[in-house]
Amino acid sequence: MTTAILYALTGIGLFSLALYSLIVQAHLLRKILAINIMGSGVFLVLIALAKRSDEIPDPVPHAMVITGIVVAVSATALALSMMLKLNTETHHAELPDDQQG
Amino acid sequence: MDVLLTSSAFAITLILLPLTAGMLCFLWPAIARILGIVTTAAGVFAVAGLGWQLQLNGTFHHPIGGWGAPLGIDLYADGLSLLMLGMTALVALAVSIYSSGYFTSRDDEIRFWPIWLLLLGALNALFLAADIFNLYVTLELMGLGAVALAALSGGKQAIAGAMRYLLATLLGSMCYLLGVALLYHSFGSVDIATLAVRIDSSPAVWAALGLIIAGLALKTALFPLHFWLPPAHASAPAPVSALLSALVVKASFYILLRLWLSIFSPQGVGDGVNTLLGLLGGIAVIWGSVQALRQTRLKLLIAYSTVAQIGYLFLAFPLAAASGGLAWNAVAYLALSHALAKAAMFLSAGNLLRYGGHDRIADLDRVAQRLPLTAGAFALAGVSIMGLPPSGGFIGKWLLLKAALDQGNWAIIVVLLLGGLLAAAYIFKVLGNIFTQASHPHEPSMVPARMEWAALLLASGAILLSFMASPIFELINIGDVFITTGVKS
Repeated sequence: MTTAILYALTGIGLFSLALYSLIVQAHLLRKILAINIMGSGVFLVLIALAKRSDEIPDPVPHAMVITGIVVAVSATALALSMMLKLNTETHHAELPDDQQG
Repeated sequence: MDVLLTSSAFAITLILLPLTAGMLCFLWPAIARILGIVTTAAGVFAVAGLGWQLQLNGTFHHPIGGWGAPLGIDLYADGLSLLMLGMTALVALAVSIYSSGYFTSRDDEIRFWPIWLLLLGALNALFLAADIFNLYVTLELMGLGAVALAALSGGKQAIAGAMRYLLATLLGSMCYLLGVALLYHSFGSVDIATLAVRIDSSPAVWAALGLIIAGLALKTALFPLHFWLPPAHASAPAPVSALLSALVVKASFYILLRLWLSIFSPQGVGDGVNTLLGLLGGIAVIWGSVQALRQTRLKLLIAYSTVAQIGYLFLAFPLAAASGGLAWNAVAYLALSHALAKAAMFLSAGNLLRYGGHDRIADLDRVAQRLPLTAGAFALAGVSIMGLPPSGGFIGKWLLLKAALDQGNWAIIVVLLLGGLLAAAYIFKVLGNIFTQASHPHEPSMVPARMEWAALLLASGAILLSFMASPIFELINIGDVFITTGVKS
């Protein structure tokens, strides 16, 4: 097993752990963190797989990860501000269970 | 003059104009309303220009900054993109006219217009994207804009609905991005055309297919991944509900369709998956319609109707394996007519809400006499949603039925007929209450004329579609997007 594959598998592992957390945890901050860890997992896969051989790694996935980080930061900011808003409205940072309005 | 009237110029206008106008709305909120209407009107002309150029010159390909496919970002347009852009431009214009009457306070205006124009820019960029990573970026831009708009009305319901929507949409994007990473690793490209040539059937491709389809099905609200849609769409302000139901769910469906047609389907990678998608689509039609029938609030009814109508789009996947173009044409037609009809329906619901101050179906008072245009818009949109002739919805469902009959696929025939009956039941449930007197009359308030006309024009558009079938099919098939993947053994 090469180092690149090890990193890629770690990325997949992070992704799966965070997916589990996203579904199981009720607190919104934990859900938002889980989404961020999923993102890190995907980025790790992208970076790890960029190294195909012993030559210089492929720069394109690195550029993709930078774009992805920018997207993740904005999404996290939006999610956090909405969580705070929900907290001031309901005094809980959790989603209500009922789906019917 | 020739330089100004090329496909590239029209396509770039479609992306840059809403983005710039959105920024200007932040800076000068006083002109936001007029700027929004002018921008969306210009969008209609730019799509018309692009369509005219596509008809003359065939599909269009533009490397931004002259960089070209492997490294740079390309724009691409064919009949399918054109159809989606046209749908977006029409709904955008009507919703903008409606919103200029709906949002009256300065606070609402400064929140709505900039985000809406940025969302429009993201939608146009998505329909013109030629590589799967650019699709990811535009998908995220669109998702963030849509969530922010859904949270606009501020209450507890709206924020909780928008939050659930945000988590669902981010999860969908992450799955999609992991799929993109696997495809890039296997084939060293994110360009759709290059991938289409290099694709083969390997475990990595299967994993990527599963991740991409699961992520996009979540974003498109395919049953059973639709849980986030009704609360988010029902608690948003009326023009936003219209945008979310008509355009935003179609955008992720467009990506799914585009990747299916150009990458997965031609090499037979997706065999078996199409049956699953068709099955889920069929359940969505029945389940969504039954849920819609059970609702007591008008906006929730319309939102569940969206879940059902999304199901129809997926019914085409198993049919297309044998009858190719026919089923895909049906999908294109259904997507277009659903966008117009559903936007008209949400806008009418907004009028009824403004007029009566509530959207409880049982208490809708004789609105037909007081708001005849709104009642007419709802009825016409209902005709298209039910799939009665003459309407765009009828043509789409009839083509699906024809494909199903040709193949003797009785399960899909039953779903189509049952879905139509259930749709008729929930539409008439609303219409019946609009035309009769409620037991508790209430104090009505005025609805601006432009809000009524915007809804009526969209609904008439959904009806008029049935008379323009052949020119529309001709436009859709520019670039033969449906034919290359047609019949395969």
